Amino acid sequence: MKEKIIVVSNKAGLHARPAATLVQTLSKYQSDVKILKDDFEVDAKSVMGVMALAAAYGSKLKFIADGPDEYEAIGAVENLFDSKFGE
Amino acid sequence: MFVDRDIVLEGIAASPGIAIGKAFLLEEEDFCFIRKEIPKSFREAERKRFEDAIEKTRSEFKVTYNKINDVLGENYAHIADVHILILDDPTLKKDVYKLIADGVNAEYALFKVLDKIIRSFENINDSFFKERKVDIQDVGKKILANLFGKKGKNLARVDEESIIIANNLTPADTVSVRGKKIAGFATDIGGKTSHTAIIAQGLAIPAVVGLKNISSLVKTGETVIIDGDKGEVILNPSSKTLLHYKNKYDLQLSRTIELEKLKNLTSETADNHKIFIFANIDHSDEVPLILNKGAVGIGLYRTETIYFNRDSIPAEEEHFDIYSKVVQQISPYAITIRTFDLGGDKLTKMGLLNLGFESNPFLGLRSIRLCLKYPEIFISQLRAILRVSVLGKVKLMYPMISGLAELRAANAILDKVKENLRKENIKFDENMEVGVMIEVPSAVAVIDSIAKEVDFVSIGTNDLIQYTLAVDRVNENVAYLYEPMHPAILRFIKRTIDEGHKAGIKVAMCGEMAGEPKYAPVILGMGLDEFSVSPSQIATIKKIVRSMSFVDCKTMADKVLKLEDSKSILKEIDLFYETRGINA
Repeated sequence: MKEKIIVVSNKAGLHARPAATLVQTLSKYQSDVKILKDDFEVDAKSVMGVMALAAAYGSKLKFIADGPDEYEAIGAVENLFDSKFGE
Repeated sequence: MFVDRDIVLEGIAASPGIAIGKAFLLEEEDFCFIRKEIPKSFREAERKRFEDAIEKTRSEFKVTYNKINDVLGENYAHIADVHILILDDPTLKKDVYKLIADGVNAEYALFKVLDKIIRSFENINDSFFKERKVDIQDVGKKILANLFGKKGKNLARVDEESIIIANNLTPADTVSVRGKKIAGFATDIGGKTSHTAIIAQGLAIPAVVGLKNISSLVKTGETVIIDGDKGEVILNPSSKTLLHYKNKYDLQLSRTIELEKLKNLTSETADNHKIFIFANIDHSDEVPLILNKGAVGIGLYRTETIYFNRDSIPAEEEHFDIYSKVVQQISPYAITIRTFDLGGDKLTKMGLLNLGFESNPFLGLRSIRLCLKYPEIFISQLRAILRVSVLGKVKLMYPMISGLAELRAANAILDKVKENLRKENIKFDENMEVGVMIEVPSAVAVIDSIAKEVDFVSIGTNDLIQYTLAVDRVNENVAYLYEPMHPAILRFIKRTIDEGHKAGIKVAMCGEMAGEPKYAPVILGMGLDEFSVSPSQIATIKKIVRSMSFVDCKTMADKVLKLEDSKSILKEIDLFYETRGINA
């Protein structure tokens, strides 16, 4: 299991397009990926779940990946947030 | 006598402009979600029926995606991506399949699952995220329509200049109006960032959303006014209101026509003296906007935003990715990329560098000086700029050059970088133009020498004024001394233009002065070749240039250059405008 805490740093937060990009990216990995925000937990491969997180700019999210490619999945998440979803 | 009385509904301004027309009401279909027991032997078939509806919906979404892509481009088409992802959401399918396996019909299962998800959105405080529940409802309705085998609401029936009134519009609805005579939209639900709003803006159709119950108040055929600027809809307008809005509409129309005409016209004076109007930008997102406003290139691309909000100095690849986006979009027009122009104090504050305290950062280690002291910052940027030079017409510009020594030092690093790229077999434009910003008074003094060693210069008036008049314009005690029309400034500009032309190079201006309509005839008359202005000023400056005669401007500039204080200079400019009946 691999965990990573990420602070949402793109201005618009995880709104529709970044949420879509995140889900599209993670769907390529076999591992299960969860996102925890406060005491809310969602499947990172569910676009409705990710949007329901209402993760605005500055939100703290904990990503937990579990599976054969968990390191790669978390790496992909970090890359997306680092690039600010190409905003 | 019966008097019409305005009924004003307040909503959210979603897309600007005025629209007057007859209402066309899009009625919602009612689906019934009757719970039916499905016997065990039919449950597999029920699941299959749901899967078929999903597939059918998916192909409909793909059609919508392509339609939006054709009409508005890829950026807008991504809206449809979200719908496809909702359709493919694993939690949706998992929960629906589970209910079907437990023995209920697909419609009811879908309704139950979506209802629960939508409820979770209703508890969100942030209105932006809350609005996303509409996307889920839209997808749900499409799947249900396919389960029932019903045809959805159809805008194809709209045939006259209409205002569409609906509870909600999906992206598919909104984009399907392209080419039809739709004057505006008004919906019960939605917010500033809803898809209807975004697409309406893209199509430049006025829209008001979030009107709560307009779809139950209006009947097809009634006259409706949409005020997309204020976010109001007026039903049953009185003749007085109608006239008021007709005038507003006519004004809007003539403005649009004027700007539209201006967009494709060259920026030349009445006596055929041609200049260029470029845009100043900070971000690749601005490129479509400036092209739409009629810019014929980017005269100043500020690269500083790349350094903000981060904890490391950006690497070459990051520079490259960002620049290539801008260059590819603006191509075949030219773009001038300015190298790093921040103060060392800013980088220290951001934790990117650890420079000691500077008591006077504006006269300290900043801009090109910092690049020369820390060449690694400079080199990664230069490499990226050279690499993107093959993707379009790219020019390089150094800021804050104070004299020849600095220019030569920067060029020495550039030559070294080029040499390394050649060794690595990386292609770049061998003839890429290199220029400098003229914003330090000493550079104006030695402009004759500088002009011989560069391909162009661009006057940065904001800093030139501050440094020349020794005034910080943010300091309210001395701000009154910040005078763009100070004779010293005008003489410096004139000298820069004349010496540039003597050396056979083009002279541009990218400071705020270039975008100020009032000053346009003076700097035009002094012979400036290129105006680089903020996107909002492109049309204004073009309009002024086209209404002037170059000969007149030259005479005025000569006269103004002989005046001894800014007050008389400003008076002369006012007189110039007055006698021509033009409003600056």
